Amino acid sequence: MRDIVISVHDLTKCFGSFTAVDNISFDVAKGEIFGFLGANGAGKTTAMRMLCGLSYPTSGRGTVAGYDIMREGEEIKRHIGYMSQKFSLYNDLTVWENMNLFAGIYGLSKEETKKRSEELLSQLNFLSERNTLVGSLPLGWKQKLAFVVATIHNPDVVFLDEPTGGVDPITRRQFWELIYKASERGTTIFVTTHYMDEAEYCSRVSIMVDGKICALDTPTRLKEKYSAKSMDEVFRTLARKAERGE
Amino acid sequence: MKNNFWQFVKKESLHIIRDKRTMLVVMLIPVMLMVLFGFAISTEVNNINVAVVAPDRSNSIDDAVETLSNNNYFTFCGYITQEQIDEKLRSGEVSAVIVFTPDYDRKLSQVAAGITSAPLIQVIVDASNVNTANSATAYLQNILLGKESKQSMFETRMLFNPQMKSAYNFVPGIMGFIFILVCAMMTSVSIVREKETGTMEVLLASPARPIKIIFAKMIPYFAISCIVLIMILLLARYLLEVPMSGGVFGIFTLSLLYLVLSLSLGLFVSTIAQTQIAALLISAMVMMMPIMMLSGLLFPIENLPLFFQVVSNIIPARWYIDAMRKMMIQGAPLIAVWKDSVILIGMTIIILAISLKKFNNKLE
Repeated sequence: MRDIVISVHDLTKCFGSFTAVDNISFDVAKGEIFGFLGANGAGKTTAMRMLCGLSYPTSGRGTVAGYDIMREGEEIKRHIGYMSQKFSLYNDLTVWENMNLFAGIYGLSKEETKKRSEELLSQLNFLSERNTLVGSLPLGWKQKLAFVVATIHNPDVVFLDEPTGGVDPITRRQFWELIYKASERGTTIFVTTHYMDEAEYCSRVSIMVDGKICALDTPTRLKEKYSAKSMDEVFRTLARKAERGE
Repeated sequence: MKNNFWQFVKKESLHIIRDKRTMLVVMLIPVMLMVLFGFAISTEVNNINVAVVAPDRSNSIDDAVETLSNNNYFTFCGYITQEQIDEKLRSGEVSAVIVFTPDYDRKLSQVAAGITSAPLIQVIVDASNVNTANSATAYLQNILLGKESKQSMFETRMLFNPQMKSAYNFVPGIMGFIFILVCAMMTSVSIVREKETGTMEVLLASPARPIKIIFAKMIPYFAISCIVLIMILLLARYLLEVPMSGGVFGIFTLSLLYLVLSLSLGLFVSTIAQTQIAALLISAMVMMMPIMMLSGLLFPIENLPLFFQVVSNIIPARWYIDAMRKMMIQGAPLIAVWKDSVILIGMTIIILAISLKKFNNKLE
């Protein structure tokens, strides 16, 4: 058994009488790329926010990177990276300033910051653009940059909330190469997406419908189970059962 | 972790410096307002054209006319006849006409002897601008009656602002206004902007403490406000010649307190507003408008209907402006405005407490 990095039991989040996340349980192992699928409003983002320490669960328990999500939210924040749905670097700062800022937030020393930033930028072939304002970069580049910034402190887990929304297929492909590289280095990737071809790239996939997880397995086995040709078919079979809208 | 606080301060400063347009607005608006209110929009009366009707010229009339033409507020436009009055006023050539009664000298001595008390001088004023008309009449009376000691019953002395300069009145008001603009509006917009763009979410998912993020945001705005404050004080002192006899120390101290208050207000707005537009609207409608109307900036509070007089009590600018007037113009020391200071401190504490509590709740 590999190390478990995320472990969740009966996690529930209610907003008033509305149950956004309904008793979900799952484990994610170190280095896995865990695809977290679901239609809009299925509760993906809410679940993810609880794992990141951005909101408290109504009930249930779980650990992320070995820390309790109820009690050790601040510790969790030190050990994860987070890339939100919206593009989340500062447009009016340069590539280098953005990296410095986030490295500083995670407590990297000056030398570490410099070393790590140069390493990440040369990996992207982007060292020459380090003094460019982020706002003037094309969206695909921004997203790749946001990803490397989210991993600047070598976190145990990176949470990616629809990281490739609005990005062209070639850049998406490059983006997933970055994800693979990070995963090979032992970083666990927790990713939500709407693109079913991306779901095929994941080690394991969970599909949420109406706040519950109704399928969780490797893409190959899910396709067998639902005798589907693609993840797209699997998803449509399951999501059709959804009762609540957005 | 301490160094990442300064990382945030640096980041905020970069945001502000790179946003050239906003910088320009923040630095220019105070200067523009000062110049505008100080010179252009003034209730002072300058260079009023005055003509004189004197059927019987005499030495005493000539004396009066000379005093008049030596006065800065008036320009003497020559003698005219009774028939020309209407035409001159109508064409706008003159704004006021002084009519001496025929046989002025003899009647004057009669008045002096107490034989008659009939008026000897008529002043006809173009009242299409009420303000000008009022002031002009008052000045004219002063000048003309000043000569007739027997007729003047009052001796009026204008304390603190003997030349009735309107700049004196506006400078404290502009300060009360501008710091709300810079501190409250700009901080709230900048906090809400991060909510809107999604960067706030990322910051909250990081180990950075929200309270630290917020305070780091306030520091550059506080610094800018201090620069603006110094700018305003210099302009007020050397361009508009506001006396500030109460001592710059007191003025500065109280202004710093007001800056903190404005920053807290900005924080408060940012906890309510979800979008930049909303933050702007709340700042403009809920804060600026009352400051313009109800703080004594434009209209004296005593002149407001009772209801608004009561409302004006909860407007921080009212107390700040009041204290500033006392210190800048009357020359009161800081200790003399202790009541305003205490109220401002109280307000700061309350607003800061509410917004910090609200802010924490929002993050759960």
